[in-house]
Amino acid sequence: MLSIKNLRAGIEGKEIIKGFNLEVKAGEVHAIMGPNGSGKSTLSNVLAGREDYVVTSGEVLFKEKNILEMSPEDRAREGLFLAFQYPIEIPGVSNINFLKTAINEIRAYKGLPPMEAKDFLKMVKEKQALVELQGSLANRSVNEGFSGGEKKRNEIFQMAMLEPTLAILDETDSGLDIDALRIVANGVNKLRSPQRSFIVITHYQRLLDYIVPDYVHVMYEGKIVKSGGKELALELEEKGYDWIKKEAVEA
Amino acid sequence: MTAVEKISATEKLASDFEVVKKNLPGNSFVQNIRQKAIESFSAIGIPARKNEEYKYSNVQKLFGEGWKVGKLENWKVDVQPGKYFISNLDAHIIVLVNGFFSEELSSLKDPDKTIVVSSLQKAFEKYPELIEKHLSTCADINSDAFIALNTAYTADGVFINVPDNTVVEKPIHIINLIAAKESRLFFPRNLFIVGKNAQVQLVETFDTHDLRVKAIGASVTEIAIDENAKVQYYRLQNENENGQQINTVCTSQQRNSHFDTNTVTLSGGWVRNNLNIALNGENCETHLNGLFLASENNYVDNHTLIDHRKPHCESNQTYKGILDGKSTGVFNGKIFVQRDAQKTNAYQSSKNILLSDDATINTKPQLEIYADDVKCSHGSSTGRIDEDALFYLRARGLSIESAKKLLLHAFVNDVLQTIRIDALREHLETLIHKKLD
Repeated sequence: MLSIKNLRAGIEGKEIIKGFNLEVKAGEVHAIMGPNGSGKSTLSNVLAGREDYVVTSGEVLFKEKNILEMSPEDRAREGLFLAFQYPIEIPGVSNINFLKTAINEIRAYKGLPPMEAKDFLKMVKEKQALVELQGSLANRSVNEGFSGGEKKRNEIFQMAMLEPTLAILDETDSGLDIDALRIVANGVNKLRSPQRSFIVITHYQRLLDYIVPDYVHVMYEGKIVKSGGKELALELEEKGYDWIKKEAVEA
Repeated sequence: MTAVEKISATEKLASDFEVVKKNLPGNSFVQNIRQKAIESFSAIGIPARKNEEYKYSNVQKLFGEGWKVGKLENWKVDVQPGKYFISNLDAHIIVLVNGFFSEELSSLKDPDKTIVVSSLQKAFEKYPELIEKHLSTCADINSDAFIALNTAYTADGVFINVPDNTVVEKPIHIINLIAAKESRLFFPRNLFIVGKNAQVQLVETFDTHDLRVKAIGASVTEIAIDENAKVQYYRLQNENENGQQINTVCTSQQRNSHFDTNTVTLSGGWVRNNLNIALNGENCETHLNGLFLASENNYVDNHTLIDHRKPHCESNQTYKGILDGKSTGVFNGKIFVQRDAQKTNAYQSSKNILLSDDATINTKPQLEIYADDVKCSHGSSTGRIDEDALFYLRARGLSIESAKKLLLHAFVNDVLQTIRIDALREHLETLIHKKLD
């Protein structure tokens, strides 16, 4: 589904991703962990197509298509979704309105007619329940006045509405209390399917208690320095990142 | 060059006045005001750019071209006013063509007998006591060249009198059409008198009807708002690129009165709006909202002046602009808080989005506060479309065009929400939607 080969990228002339490789197959959940400043968020921004970031070499194939050539909207229409680390507030743009536009533009891209209003509303109701998001929040302006937890739940709600094939969760657990974390993780787990893959970027092992990954990768200085199963996360929790850094330097 | 060509626009307007004045309507009271006004105009003259109030408005250039004073009589123009109606707005309709009240095109729906809606010309004859009490009281002929000029040349316009304790059920929609075949000057003059405890909603739309040459409209509207009255006044300016306007609205509010106004400029080559509010009684509220969408070479200039003269009044201003192409926008908001005006609450905000590198906006708040127990604040921001918001929406699958449109709609939305006539708000939403496409 996703194949990243020898990716190098940066911002304002500074290289941050330094030869990154990753293969994600359909239905898999990959966790990317790593200390602050290792390039995790840059990776998610590069994959989503943020224009401030410049890719200098390497390739990213998503469903066999080179997405580095695509606009952010076309990547989304191909089925890529980024749950933002810091979802921004957009006063005056209604959550529901913008999702309706998004869904219909994605459908148009696929050559499908716009969704019927009643089907859309039914879907909104269903997916809201998934992340226990109150109806009133869905109808408000995008993230305006939402608490930290509500913003993250809104990200997962949008993900549920857009039904991506690959979702990247960028530190979705940051700033969440344990109840909100459980709700968000539950929402994600309900969306897991053999056709849908996830990349879960996180700093802490805690989230992985709830969203159990198939693979855990440690990112340091712009690349993956260690990969393993879910037990690697536990090891990191116990020992911290220092031994990884040391290993990386020695290698 | 002959001597005639050398005279300035100011001199020409003063000498033309001598020719046309005998045909202008009104009794000796009105004629007397005209005379004082033309003297004041001659003394002030068409302002140069060194005049602080007209720093960005090049009115001398505007008056530099080959214009003529309009034919000062009723115009017969083949217009279907229906084209300029607002759909679903159940309103009394008044049509002005080149500033003249058109009896045949106007229609008042089951008018309440107590309300007077007529041409200003007629009001000069029929209601001399109201004219003498109110004409030229809000709009000071010594304060501005164009108030003076309009007052001298006033030929017609709309006269509305809403007596005490009267609530006008339906909005009054005044359709202003400019339809000139040659470069002309027009001087529409409105006088609205709203009595104690009275309420009225006024909607003015400005359109050009087949205008292929440049025209200048220098209008003045006076609104006298008595105690405890509530007035909503909406203006929608949608002239073509040949439309050039200098509009002055002056209101005087007595105690406990409310005035809400929206000035929306969607088109027009050159637009200057002066909005002067005098709070002459305690406990008044006034809300000024403005919105403009400028493109190409449009010039849109909003000058507001709120004069807090009495205690316990509140004023609120929100102006928003979206500028594209080589357009220029100006917002100049002056607030006076006089020594007696303790416990004043005054708030002002001007926000603008520039869509192109060649667009310009000049914003200037001017607060002059002479009382010590007041709350006044102002804020101004100018920028481009928020890149983070744009990326967020695109990352959800929206095209860059849809994303921009959503964000621009969001930007203007809070001003639109202050419009309390649903049909008008929906009409504006449609027009703005089209314009942003």
